[in-house]
Order: sequence, then C-alpha cells, then structure tokens
Amino acid sequence: MINRRNFLKAGGTVVACSILGARNVLGAEDFEGNPERFGMLTDTTRCIGCRRCEAACNKANALPSPKTSFEDTSVFKKERRPYVADVQSYTAVNRYMDEDGKPVYRKVQCMHCDEPACVSACPVAALTKSNEGPVVWNDKLCIGCRYCITACPFYVPAFEYSSAFQPKIQKCFMCRQRIKDGLLPACAEACPVEAIQFGKRRDLLKMAKQRVWSHPDKYIDHVYGETEVGGTDWLYVSKVPFEKLGFPSNIGTTSLPKLTKDFLSMVNLTLISFPALLGGFYLASNKSPHRETENKQIEEDLKHE
Amino acid sequence: MNEYSNEYMESHVFLKNEQTGAEIISTWLKDKIFLGLPFKEYMKTLVTPINIVAGLIVFAGLTLIAMRFIYGLEEVTEASNEQPWGLFLTWGLFTGVPFSASGFVIGTGVYIFGLKRYQPVVKNAILLGFLGYLFAVIFLMIDLGRPWRIYYPMFVSFGTASVMFLVAWHVALYLSVQFFEFCPSLLAWLDQKYLRKIAVSMTLGLTIFGVMLSTLHQSALSAMFLLAPGKVHPLWYTSYLPWLAFISAIGAAMALMIVVSKLTVIFFKERASPEYLAGIDDITIGLGKASSFVLFTYLGLRLISITHEGAWKYLNTPTGHWFLVEITLFAILPFLYYYGVLRKNVGLIQITGVLTMIGIILNRFNLTLITFNYQLPSRELFFWKEALVVLSVVVIEILVYRWIVNRMPVLHQHPNYAGDSH
Repeated sequence: MINRRNFLKAGGTVVACSILGARNVLGAEDFEGNPERFGMLTDTTRCIGCRRCEAACNKANALPSPKTSFEDTSVFKKERRPYVADVQSYTAVNRYMDEDGKPVYRKVQCMHCDEPACVSACPVAALTKSNEGPVVWNDKLCIGCRYCITACPFYVPAFEYSSAFQPKIQKCFMCRQRIKDGLLPACAEACPVEAIQFGKRRDLLKMAKQRVWSHPDKYIDHVYGETEVGGTDWLYVSKVPFEKLGFPSNIGTTSLPKLTKDFLSMVNLTLISFPALLGGFYLASNKSPHRETENKQIEEDLKHE
Repeated sequence: MNEYSNEYMESHVFLKNEQTGAEIISTWLKDKIFLGLPFKEYMKTLVTPINIVAGLIVFAGLTLIAMRFIYGLEEVTEASNEQPWGLFLTWGLFTGVPFSASGFVIGTGVYIFGLKRYQPVVKNAILLGFLGYLFAVIFLMIDLGRPWRIYYPMFVSFGTASVMFLVAWHVALYLSVQFFEFCPSLLAWLDQKYLRKIAVSMTLGLTIFGVMLSTLHQSALSAMFLLAPGKVHPLWYTSYLPWLAFISAIGAAMALMIVVSKLTVIFFKERASPEYLAGIDDITIGLGKASSFVLFTYLGLRLISITHEGAWKYLNTPTGHWFLVEITLFAILPFLYYYGVLRKNVGLIQITGVLTMIGIILNRFNLTLITFNYQLPSRELFFWKEALVVLSVVVIEILVYRWIVNRMPVLHQHPNYAGDSH
C-alpha cells in the first residue's frame, strides 16, 4: 500500500521541482512601438556618394581615424559592411550600377528595427529598443556572446575581436545623445543633398510614400523598411529594385522575435507538466518502494486464496 | 576531574602517537590520489608515450588560450562579424551538449522507469554528462567576449525574450544537478557516509529536475537558430528544429554510451567490476534497440519537416548534395541498429554507435557552421589555432575522465555500499 509518509515524500519532491522550475518563467515580449518614435529616410536617388555621412559619423562617435581619407572613392570597388574595424564608421556607402550604367549609392547602417532580432537575442538585455526609436547597447551589461550578430538579418552589429578586456558591440545608435540634445544625427546633418532625413517615423513614411506616388517614373513602388522584418525605423526609397542594392530580400515581413516566441512558451508547459508526469511514472514503476510493498501485498493475497 | 573519560583520552593519545598530521595527509594522498603508490613511483607511471603526446597538445592549447585572453579573440579564431561563432561553440556547445544527454537519458531509465538492467552504466553516464556540461561551459568561457560576466544572465540582468537566456540558466542549473547526481560516487571515494546518504536521497528529485532542464535546453540549443531564418539553409531550417535537437540528443547520448562502454571495457578493465564487464553486451543490445527506435523517429520527423517547409527544391544544389550525405547516413543508422539487435551482433551495434556519433557531429556542424550563412559568397570556417584549442580541451576532458575513473567507484560498486543502486 502507498503509505502516507512515502507518498508525501515523493509528492513533495514533485511539487518542489515544479516550483523551482517555475521560478524562471519565460516569455518573449511584444515590442509595442512608441508611435512618436524617430526614424530616418534615405533616398538613394539623391545620394551622390560623397561619403560625408561616414566622416561625420566617425567624428560624432569619436571613432578611430580612417585608413584612407573619407574623400577617397576607390573604396567603392568593394561592397562594404558598416563594421568599424573595416570602415572606421558606423555607416558605409556602397556604389552599385543601374541598368544604364549610372552609379547608384546606398548607405548601410543599423536599420533600427521596430521589433529587433538582436534585442530579443540578448540574454542580458544589454541591447534595447529605446523609446525614441534607436536600438541602443549598454556597455555595462554586455557579456560578449555575439548572439545579436547571429540574429541580425542585416549583418550590422560588429564585435571588437581585437579587444581582450573590453570588447564592444559596435553599430549605429542613430546618434541618440544628439537627438536628446535636440540635434540632428550626424549623418543627416552632414548630407549636402538631403538624401538622409531625420524625423518621426510616421512622418517620414508619409513623405516616402508621397515621393513614390508623385514620381512613379523616378521610384519603384516599395518603401524598404515599412514592413520588412515587422518594420524598421530606417526607411529607403529607390529607383532600382532593392535586392540590386545589396538589401537582403529573403527576410520576409514577420518580426523575427516571433519565431522563438512559440518555443519559449513551451518552457512553462514543460516545467509544469513534466514533474507530474515523471513523478507518476516513478510511482508506477517497479522500482518504487511503494510498488514493492504493493506487489508483496498482492502476492500474499494470492497465497491466501 | 578531567572532563573527558579515560577511554577517550587514551584513544586520542594513542592515535596521536601513531600518526602525525603530515603522515595522515601523506597516507590519504597515497590512497586517494596516487592510486596506492608512493609519490615517486606514481610519477614514474605517468611517463608514458600517450601522456607525453597529450601533455604537448595540452601545453600548445593552453598557450593559445592564454594568447586569446591577452590579445583578444582575433588572435586565435576565424570569427568575423558575419560568422560570429566558430569552432568553440560549434564543437563545445552545439555538439558537446547533445552527447552530454547521457546522464539524463540513462538516469531517467534507471531511477524513474526502474530499468535495473542499465544500473551498471548509470554512474558512468552521469559522469560523462557532467564532464560534457562542465567542458561546454569552459568552451563558452573561452568564446565569450567578457567571460568574467558569465553569471550576468543569472543575477544581474534578465533578457527573458532570449533563447540564449534560457540556455544560460538551464546549463548552469543542470551542471549543478549533474554534479549532485555524481556526488554518491564522489562521496563514496571520500568516505563521507553521512553526506552520501543525503546525496542519494536527492536522486529522484534531481533526476526529474534534470529531465525538465534537459528537454528544454537541448531543444533550445537549436531553437537559437530559429531567429536567423535568412542565414540557416532551408534544408536545415524548420520550425521543428527544437524537437529534432531533443530527439537527436537522445540518440547521441545512447550512441555515446554504446561507444564509451566498449572503450571502458578495453581501457579500464581493471577498474570495472565483473558485473559491469559481463553486463555490457546486454546493455549494448538494449541501447541499440532503443537507438533504432529513436533514430527512426528522428528520420521521420526530419523528412516531414523538410516537406513541411517546402525545402526539397534545394536538393539539387551543392549544399543539397552535402545534405544528402548527412540524411543518407541518418537513413541507414536505424536499420543498422535494428539488424544488429536482430542478429545480437554487439560489434555491429558498436560500429553503428560510432557512425551515429559522426552523424550527429555532422548535423550540428552543418547547422551551426558549415551551411550557416550559405548566401554569403566566401566564408572561412575555422582557423587551425581554433582546432588546436578544441583538440587540447578535448584531451584535457579525457584526462580528467581517466583521473576520475581511476579513483572513484564509477565502473564498479564501492565495497562499502554494495547492493545500493547509486
């Protein structure tokens, strides 16, 4: 027979396990964007490839001095990513050719997603989506796991592999401090042709759509960033298809954190159901002490019969 | 009056006369550490060709690890901003942890389902699991940019939406669970009867807790890649990734037990009890049967997942051909196990165990390193220095395993606790 003491002991273990387990209840958060958040709009039809945005970024963020001058156009021979170690800036301008052989320039930097994969990836919440819009990084929390880099669909965050003691995650922070001080982000301020504009995302989106609709000959009918990976705060308009300008085209419109949310919601289910299930198996198994006494009882009963 | 009884005084003085503190320590060291040999003779037994080679590899590896901590990760790895994780995590975490499921798979069988047949190998399974996790953490420490903050996800700042957060918590908790699960053997070695009794009494709770943690983080290790649909090749990317990882970890654990059991019979014969040696064939056949079943399930789910994601169209590409190598191996394995069990061919099951290990290693390497970022034109996979560090850490792991098996009652029952199932 199950005696009360053993039953409580086994049952207690089961309950204790589920409580201990439930301590780290998890769940992906929904990022509910601030409707007043800021954004940027890059018009690739206006950009002249002067690289002044790169120089301004370098200066505003006190980054190491460039290997060759920011006026050097030979860098366009290679498609560059905005990795500080390579370009000494949080942004890089790349040159592509359109069908007529005319150059089209595209500035690359962090897209400041509305629901950023990097933020959901960070195990210590060192990366956050700020209320103003920029995705920012906290030096005091980062453990250097680089899951943010794995997660980013745009290949943006960079890690300081050359630093042993304080390796940083480096990417564009939309000059958050300058925004707070009432200034424009450095690149937008430096742009001589208004190819980079700063403002509230919803205003910029309207502006972008207006341009696309009023000049169908000049723009393709797509504002990149409006819906990509759930929407980004950095928007682009262009004359040539975006995949020809090095934009990833296979990323879809679902926000990436949603992809792990279902899995994380399984956690609670497992933590709560497993102890009961396995505790039950144990009580039913022949190894269980209760079961042994029970078996003996049955044997004795059989003998009597 | 003296407050101690005469008897106490006598025994106390008597003991004192017999052994000084230094002598007690030296006897203890001789018994426990030097395998019953005097220090000099023990040191002599260490000078063997294998140990010298192992020593050189470990020395080279430790030098490189020191350089990594002085000059940064750039010094020893090929890691880039496009491919931030290299061999350290691919081998140490993503490949090492599935094999370390041995502790939970065999532990659950013996302690929860009461499968007494596997009792002889349960302590070895737990030790292998514990070391696997310990060394996974060591690899993580080498790879983390700021390893001194490794406890941050537990105590400082919580990124609850991150699968990595889940992995961090569960690996930390499970490492502790495995340590406590191994305690009965450790404490038997240290002659701590009372503490051992406490450790033994925790078995059921630890085992259940261990199953929960394992289920979640084995699956979480692959679930981490759910976040990168554009980077993981479509033939590997599926929303079933977590469950595939969990099922294959069970297969990996059983394959490891089949192979390591055979190796212990070859290399640790004198440390193993006759019951252990006699039971291995039967256990191998049992594990082979279970493995066959598990791998059939895995294969089925894998094929369904590819259909589900509509990824068959990628089959006739270079990566698709490479995928065929992996999936063909996984298609053969369950049949080989089944045939081995049918014919009671222990040797065939052991060879299939080795092949399964290769299959799982290939699968994890493909997912996390080889086909990751398949769209980028050129990628460096790893640097020779990285491979050397991995090799040296693996050698250290084997040496630690050997050190423990030579001393603690892992492959046999401690004479003082004969008849107890821990």
